[in-house]
Amino acid sequence: MIRVVLPPHLKGLAHVSGEVQLEVAGPITQRSVVDALEARYPMLCGTIRDHVTQQRRPFLRFFACEEDLSHESIDAPLPDAVISGKEPLLIVGAIAGG
Amino acid sequence: MSGVRVLVGTRKGAFVLNSDGKRERWEVSGPHFAGWEIYHLKGSPADPNRLFASQTSGWFGQIIQRSDDGGKTWTQPGTPPGERTTPQGMPKGESNKFVYDTSAETGKPLTTHQFYDGTQHPWEFKRVWHLEPSLNDPDTVYAGVEDAALFRSKDGGKSWQELSGLRGHGTGPKWQPGAGGMCLHTVLFDPTNPKRMYVAISAAGAFRSDDGGETWLPINRGLKSPFLPSPEAEVGHCVHRIAMHRSKPGVLFMQKHWDVMRSDNSGDLWQEVSGNLPTDFGFVIDVNANQPETVYVVPIKSDSEHYPLDGKLRVYRSRTGGNEWEALTKGLPQKDCYVNVLRDAMAVDSLDKCGVYFGTTGGQVYASADGGDNWAPIVRDLPAVLSVEVQTLP
Repeated sequence: MIRVVLPPHLKGLAHVSGEVQLEVAGPITQRSVVDALEARYPMLCGTIRDHVTQQRRPFLRFFACEEDLSHESIDAPLPDAVISGKEPLLIVGAIAGG
Repeated sequence: MSGVRVLVGTRKGAFVLNSDGKRERWEVSGPHFAGWEIYHLKGSPADPNRLFASQTSGWFGQIIQRSDDGGKTWTQPGTPPGERTTPQGMPKGESNKFVYDTSAETGKPLTTHQFYDGTQHPWEFKRVWHLEPSLNDPDTVYAGVEDAALFRSKDGGKSWQELSGLRGHGTGPKWQPGAGGMCLHTVLFDPTNPKRMYVAISAAGAFRSDDGGETWLPINRGLKSPFLPSPEAEVGHCVHRIAMHRSKPGVLFMQKHWDVMRSDNSGDLWQEVSGNLPTDFGFVIDVNANQPETVYVVPIKSDSEHYPLDGKLRVYRSRTGGNEWEALTKGLPQKDCYVNVLRDAMAVDSLDKCGVYFGTTGGQVYASADGGDNWAPIVRDLPAVLSVEVQTLP
């Protein structure tokens, strides 16, 4: 199971608390995890990546294992600790504004 | 006894205020969607329990919410909470999807508009500013968006299609963003002619459709904007708000960036009716539900201050359809008040006497139950108010 931590606003939209656990088929990448997340919680479509371009929203970041993965290829494998479920993938809203 | 429901959109959530017809005691529910900007929420005239809300965020984009019980519970249309699929198949959050129509069959090329620096800039969807439910179909609702365009949903907000004849009208390269962005903020329907509707855009101007939104005509003759190279240009005017009385749909009132205007011929020609206003700058304008020549504005000091003159919050009322204005001050702060009243933040009920409501960037919602003679805050410590709408309930 892949563990994902959502920012509070998106937890509210998805009506979840705590971590989300997802079954992800195939290679475990940013793309496949977000695909699985949107399939299970369709109300999140468009909130993490643009509906059309599929680009990550500018004020969101992907972190795992104390590293910023935001600028990695979205098709690159996630760290082994995320794939094994030891560590979560963190979707983080940038701290900006008021 | 009739009741009144006031729908308040703020920088940090939505609030629903309810009262009976006396309009003396108010119950406040909220915040709904805490922490999100709620640009606008509005009820369907065809089904008062059906409300639509625009929930938006610079981080997470655009969300559309709908309530079918008068604001007690909300769902994203087509994506009920707790349901991973629907009988029709997974909607994939289509209710949040606003994509400009560039198809060869129905759409228009995604052209450019004028940017702040005078260069041309491509159209980019940012948020929904205004939701206008159909007068007679609870499943049909229109959305005015930034960058300026008009969308329509015919399935209760589950999916949205652009009415691209407006954006593709041909004058787009001359449209430009105001300080708040290039937004379509006003949608009005002619209750006597289902094919006729109006929109207003900052800063492009006013437009009219006589074929249900397929094609559009700029209706800006008579407007004068000194900041434009040609002050009487066909488009480019910073219209802040347009209002209409249901009984006289050919008469329109406009609060422009500067100037309060009036048209007696469905926008074909405008004339200034600022008259004795202390300043002709402001954002809101509305018409008394029972008196089609009684109009309300809130003059605001321009250009960079954007607060009431002399720290006195005053609504101005004209009983003559403009030109002759009186200050309404009873119950409103008359010193040290430096709030703004944004363009979507005034509304009226249809009781007798007409109730008038407006919200401020200081978080107060003021109401008058007697057409503006006396005012009182019905809630006073909300986040900055972006929009106020009112439903008169049976």
